[in-house]
Amino acid sequence: MSSVKQILLTPLFENNPIALQILGVCSALAVTTQLSVTLVMCVALTTVTAFSNLFISMIRNHMPSSIRIIVQMTIIASLVIAVDQFLQAFAYEISKNLSVFVGLIITNCIVMGRAEAFAMKNPPVLSFLDGIGNGMGYSLVLIVVASIRELFGSGSLLGFQILPLIENGGWYQANGLMLLSPSAFFIIGFFIWALRSVKKDQVEAREFRMASQSTHDGAF
Amino acid sequence: MEQLLNLFVKAVFIENMALQMFLGMCTFLAVSKKIETAIGLGVAVMVVQVITVPANNFIFNNLLREGALDWLGMPELSLQFLGFLCYIGVIAAIVQILEMFLDKYVPALYNALGVFLPLITVNCAILGSTLLMVERDYSFPESVAFGLGSGFGWALAIVALAGIREKLKYSDVPEGLRGLGITFITVGLMSLGFMSLSGVSL
Repeated sequence: MSSVKQILLTPLFENNPIALQILGVCSALAVTTQLSVTLVMCVALTTVTAFSNLFISMIRNHMPSSIRIIVQMTIIASLVIAVDQFLQAFAYEISKNLSVFVGLIITNCIVMGRAEAFAMKNPPVLSFLDGIGNGMGYSLVLIVVASIRELFGSGSLLGFQILPLIENGGWYQANGLMLLSPSAFFIIGFFIWALRSVKKDQVEAREFRMASQSTHDGAF
Repeated sequence: MEQLLNLFVKAVFIENMALQMFLGMCTFLAVSKKIETAIGLGVAVMVVQVITVPANNFIFNNLLREGALDWLGMPELSLQFLGFLCYIGVIAAIVQILEMFLDKYVPALYNALGVFLPLITVNCAILGSTLLMVERDYSFPESVAFGLGSGFGWALAIVALAGIREKLKYSDVPEGLRGLGITFITVGLMSLGFMSLSGVSL
């Protein structure tokens, strides 16, 4: 039982797909201007990752390893088509907002990465849970980024006005930069910084050591 | 002709794949530590982009879109829902063919590109520009210009980032920010720089 919990929870902080494994960054940056759109993207990605892990794990012993990438791609692409058709039918506005990014779940490295790293070696149920866990790790980062961007960029969350804007007689001047692309990079950069300040073991090793100041002074 | 040139310049600078559209980020961050490898990957992406975007455009216009199968006597058939599967298949196949072709005829380039070629299949910049091409309904010549421009823009961005990172590794970065964190912030600043080009009207 503890291993189930571990599989579900480690991707949240210990082994976060975005912050540590550098997987699936593209969509993390592009779909985070509005919280509602982000939530749909998170659900879509978690579904695809979980089911692709499940199906790939089910046929993992029957798949010749030389063509496994193509087989995985086909499974993932079919799942994404299903999700895309579903969104177009039931949430057309949001699917327009997401534009190409639903399709890009196919090449989202989280899906492929987990299929290759986990589902090829583990039984179906565990793989399914691993997919959900990694989907949640991805969602966590996206939701934090999207909340910051929507709150400070347009003063609202999920479309509800939280900070009254000056244009509407309030006091908050919306920060337009938050809605533009560079802010997403900054926020994820700072998110990684915060995460690594807490979890010291994730800090990357220095490539070069700084020359210490005292020896430098001694030369004169 | 002028319109195609505009499209190219727009795809390189104003709608830069990596810095404005956030596509191909995984490889962009992972393979930008050295300038030489960045150039290799950039060229590979550009070549694959120039071939796949027009190829997918051809497939979309002649097989998938509504009414494209008129000649078969099925004017109302629309296979657009098969799009994703076709595009990714085309990309994977073309990358594979390119790999075999280079291995046989241009071994020097093949060795230089090495591991990057197969990686390109899962690069979202490639699939992304195909999907954007479909969404914007480009004609065949437009898709060639767009493919070339978006590939060149991506290559430009990754080479520039690799240049910055080569210098950056000598600097004293706060502990938690080292490596990935500072790279994100650098890319953010580059993206801010590229945004100043968005005022250029063509």
